[in-house]
Amino acid sequence: MEKIFQKLSLSSATLVFILLIGIFITLYTAAKPAIDEFGLHFILNPDWNKELVIESPSVTTDSTTKNIEDDTIVDEDDMIADEDDDMLLDDEDDAVKTIYGGLVPIIGTLLTTIIALAFALPIAMGIAVFLAEIAPKNISYIVGIAIELLAAIPSIIFGMWGLYYFAPIISNLVGGYQVSLLTAGLVLGVMILPFMAAITRDSMNTTPAVLKESAYALGATKFEVIKDIIFPYSKVGIIGSIILALGRALGETMAVAFLIGSIFVLPHKVTDPTISIPVAMANNFGEASGLGESALFYLALILFIISFAIISLAKFYFLKKAK
Amino acid sequence: MRLLINKIFLALSILSAGIGLAFLAWILITLFMKGLSSFHFSLFLNDLIDGGLRNLIIGQMILAGLASIIGIPLGMTAGIYIQEYGQGRYAALIRDLSDIMMSAPSIVIGAFVYAIVVVPMGGTSGWAGAIALAIMMIPVVINTTDSMLSLVPRELREAGIALGASKYKVIIDIVIRAAKVGIMTGILLAFARIIGETAPLLFTSETSNYFSLNLNESFPSLTVSIYDLANEPEESSRDLAWAASFILTVMVLIINLTGRFITRNKK
Amino acid sequence: MPVMNIKKFSFTYPGVEHPSLKSITLPIKKNKITALIGPSGCGKSTLLRSMNRIHDLYPGNKYDGKIELLDFETGKYQNILEIKKENEFIELRQKVGMIFQKPTPFPMSIFDNVAYGLKIAGIKNKSELQDRVEAALKGSALWKEVHDRLDKSAMGLSGGQQQRLCIARAVAVKPEVLLFDEPTSALDPISTGAIEELIVELKKDVSIAIVTHNMQQASRISDYTAFMYLGDLIEYDKTENIFLNPKEKQTEDYITGRFG
Repeated sequence: MEKIFQKLSLSSATLVFILLIGIFITLYTAAKPAIDEFGLHFILNPDWNKELVIESPSVTTDSTTKNIEDDTIVDEDDMIADEDDDMLLDDEDDAVKTIYGGLVPIIGTLLTTIIALAFALPIAMGIAVFLAEIAPKNISYIVGIAIELLAAIPSIIFGMWGLYYFAPIISNLVGGYQVSLLTAGLVLGVMILPFMAAITRDSMNTTPAVLKESAYALGATKFEVIKDIIFPYSKVGIIGSIILALGRALGETMAVAFLIGSIFVLPHKVTDPTISIPVAMANNFGEASGLGESALFYLALILFIISFAIISLAKFYFLKKAK
Repeated sequence: MRLLINKIFLALSILSAGIGLAFLAWILITLFMKGLSSFHFSLFLNDLIDGGLRNLIIGQMILAGLASIIGIPLGMTAGIYIQEYGQGRYAALIRDLSDIMMSAPSIVIGAFVYAIVVVPMGGTSGWAGAIALAIMMIPVVINTTDSMLSLVPRELREAGIALGASKYKVIIDIVIRAAKVGIMTGILLAFARIIGETAPLLFTSETSNYFSLNLNESFPSLTVSIYDLANEPEESSRDLAWAASFILTVMVLIINLTGRFITRNKK
Repeated sequence: MPVMNIKKFSFTYPGVEHPSLKSITLPIKKNKITALIGPSGCGKSTLLRSMNRIHDLYPGNKYDGKIELLDFETGKYQNILEIKKENEFIELRQKVGMIFQKPTPFPMSIFDNVAYGLKIAGIKNKSELQDRVEAALKGSALWKEVHDRLDKSAMGLSGGQQQRLCIARAVAVKPEVLLFDEPTSALDPISTGAIEELIVELKKDVSIAIVTHNMQQASRISDYTAFMYLGDLIEYDKTENIFLNPKEKQTEDYITGRFG
């Protein structure tokens, strides 16, 4: 019986391992057609779902291709017609090829996350300080619960509220579109606010009372104790909370979907609409097929790798500092 | 001068807390206002096809329930392994991997389940949605089980062994019982989280306008339908989306508060 | 015949270079109380915990020498350091019980706590369980205080009561030896007195080894005393001799408080 239980719990634990590897393999396999087709250029290419007309070389003397939308000349790498195809094409038959580039959603993901962090960080730190050091016990308890409730609200609710109430106010304040990088980033910030605040507060609470008391006994003000004693002591936890919030923000779909505008265009201003990876997937997965679907999986793989890297970085940082 | 800086700092801190609370209040008030104005009891009696939310609410609960049936035992046993049986390196690795999965983007989980369940099955299904939710739940349950078990004092385990109990008996009879409250709260909070998820369901179980208990096809989901409704041009769809959002939030907050209430009671 | 014979026993913790116990030879006499005393770090708890092999919860220990436990039925000694199988470990711990420094009531009712060891031993008969639980609680001087609330949680008892509960729990399985690891150091003086009385009472049924950092306690209740220092057994003798007429200078220094 003892052995059975042991084996059972081991298999459950191993399942986690298998799942993670499975996700990697599945994403990679599904993305492979796109990876093979576009290579790493995918990351830098802003054109999503653009159709290229490749004219048969019998008409033109050099191997140039024309883009349907404008007259920019794309280089040879994007040609798919090989010598055999040439023979089958005549003047009226042009092969059409769709290319996908992930630059816009990747930039959108990164920028919304940065905006979210910049917005949330000071406020979250302020809340954590309030909860840990300033508020009397019962107020700290109640406000703490309120902050944790904010964290519990489903992301789609943030999307609804953000779109119909928060975004109009922001766009009135700073101009620009209601659906934009900025509004999406700010709502994302409101979403990660409670996480950062809660984890930072917990971290600050681990500071030993004797340390704080010694500082006060020397005549330090509250601000100084927080700045010189508590923050350095809980630095590890604080940075950890930032990285965790970063991870959350990167992968957030629903709130951003309502607010970012969902167009594959690089924003010129922060108040322009654009798109992020999760939103690109959410909006296009249903109708996508073939290379398009593969391109979406390519985006998913990139996002997964970025999240994995960031969390691993956080864990490594924790480990190093804890020793 | 120092005192002035101190005062400013404290004021800013209180201001931040106020901002945080203000956002919470703003969202909740908005929800209540818009939600209540579109609310009527027939929402619970009709399905989406008739302008109600019944099938969606029940569907969401079924999906979350099914995910829990899969996810809770797997998560708990894995958590038990890490804390009680783990031999250093492997256990630490699993713990880290679990933390990584906890922060994995939910839409990526959806894509994964799409590839391994939806495609072979030939279409969307309730099963796929439940599996996606379960995958999201497992790391959270592992984390909470692991943490709560680690709080149980070493001597309690030793006392059990000293009486001649075998390790698994000590774990089940004594350690888990000692950590019972914390684990239950953790599980409730995990449940509250997945019942509010949308992204993992978008292309795994989608949603349905009809009442359905058939898990082999698209399955009604409150969250996915909110997204669809909000994107429709008609005002009535938007109102319905608000009512649905209101109901969803109430559900999530009740489950959340219940979990906290349990812990509070046992202290 | 001593109930336990410790012969040239050395012990090293996992991952540590030097042994924490160096070639200890010591008898545990039957129906007597043997105290292990010495300054912090001398190895007295390590030695005690070897006697029921609870170290083996944490793999990687190194043992040398023998610890022999008397088998009451055959009259022969068995080296408990050779035990490897799960069921043999269980048997060992049913014969050699342990009470810890911090009271460790299980999160269950008072009745279930005391009955726990019995249920593990396979006793299912309700009336037998009730009889033995009552006997154990009476034997731990706890019956009068709890007999009317046996189904209430054990967590509601006071510290002293919880420790007596742990003793009742250990006694219920009728062990041959009871190991006490600083059982009163976490308790107030009145509870301490009650537990000391209880331990002296118990020796007519079991043989007892007790680790204590309180010398007065050792001189009060024990029949034999072993003084240890930095992993060595410095002196073992009848308690009166150790305290009134120690042979080794180190023993004398410790007793008179010159270090510790």
